[in-house]
Amino acid sequence: MADRPLGEYRRDSHVDPPNDFPAYHGSQYRAPRLPPILLPQSLTELTGPLLGPGRVEPGDADLTAGGRGAPIGERVIVHGRVVDSDGRAVRDSLIEIWQANAAGRYAHQVDDHDAPLDPNFRGIGRVVTGADGRYRFLTIKPGAYPWRNHRNAWRPAHIHFSIFGDAFPQRLVTQMYFPGDPLFGQDPIFNSVPDPRGRERLVSTLDLEAAIPEYSLAFRFDIVLRGREATPFEREDHD
Amino acid sequence: MALPRTPSQTVGPYLALGITGEDGPEVVPDGTPGSIWIRGRVLDGNGVPVPDGLIETWQADENGRFAHPEARARGETSFRGFGRCPTDPGGHFGIRTVKPGAVPAPVGGPQAPHIDVAVFARGILTRLVTRIYFADEVEANDADPVLRSLPDAMRRRTLLAIRAGDGYAWDIHLQGPDETVFFDV
Ligand SMILES: [Fe+3]
Repeated sequence: MADRPLGEYRRDSHVDPPNDFPAYHGSQYRAPRLPPILLPQSLTELTGPLLGPGRVEPGDADLTAGGRGAPIGERVIVHGRVVDSDGRAVRDSLIEIWQANAAGRYAHQVDDHDAPLDPNFRGIGRVVTGADGRYRFLTIKPGAYPWRNHRNAWRPAHIHFSIFGDAFPQRLVTQMYFPGDPLFGQDPIFNSVPDPRGRERLVSTLDLEAAIPEYSLAFRFDIVLRGREATPFEREDHD
Repeated sequence: MALPRTPSQTVGPYLALGITGEDGPEVVPDGTPGSIWIRGRVLDGNGVPVPDGLIETWQADENGRFAHPEARARGETSFRGFGRCPTDPGGHFGIRTVKPGAVPAPVGGPQAPHIDVAVFARGILTRLVTRIYFADEVEANDADPVLRSLPDAMRRRTLLAIRAGDGYAWDIHLQGPDETVFFDV
């Protein structure tokens, strides 16, 4: 555990997209209109579900396996490290991913995009971070897909990520993108992140060191969750 | 110097794909003494049910204990504390759990029994956080520091779950005249 008394999880909500973001039409009737109310972090918020070891099978991190044959598409390793904003590894924490296939189609009954399903690709993965916060998936590079937000709206290729962390404030759901995607400029979801440096942190980097020659490219996606403020006082539990 | 954090993005419409495994709506097994179902709907600003949402819940056990090292001083518990449920085509969700005990507030306390709730959906770029309180805990609610701090006392009722059927009823209004109180945690 920590070597100094720790207080609240750092309040850095300015990093996240505002929910009131009209360019993203889906938010029109779903974004609250009133400002959120500051909630002092009590024990309920300094704790959280510890979803870790025992929740995944070894094969869950390989999205290319499990079918009758190999899925169609460009094989990629997606890996990285989960740390908090003080650089501490976030260990034993569940990461869930879901994504479209190489043609840009999700294996989900609501997805009616006119692109082929791949019987050998479900697009679901789970992994638990190691003691150093590291994780690794083997998957297929997802395709871009159209949606109805605006004329010729296409989502840049992306993988959805869900990370639990150590406590309720660290919970993060985000999306990982691929470097140099020409669709970034017209995508309101990517551009909902207010700071351009924040948007950059959603873009993975090509990592030839981690690639497997003549088999798979690799992309690195490091994830930073909220860290905790140091406090001069020992917190007390009052009952 | 703190490292810059990774920003949030929406779960999109296909989040149900990512929800596999055992961590579902049943926080406690069937037949647990004192178990309740908290049922409700997620509704948008037009009152239309949200069929592609997800709620996650986090709470203490009946004695106010959490299964987490940060709370070890309050005693060990094996209580899972975590629930999650995707909304159905009618926007409905349900969590089977027990009513939590009192938990200390950062200053003073105790807090009234409450459950932290996170709401995810297509159209929501950053998860929304709210709390369930229980309308039948009148005295505890009147003394609760969070409920007392709400700038508009009228909106307090959006956080109160009402006794109904096999537990409690509590709806989430993302927008509109009954907009739920959401918190900056
Ligand atoms: Fe998507």
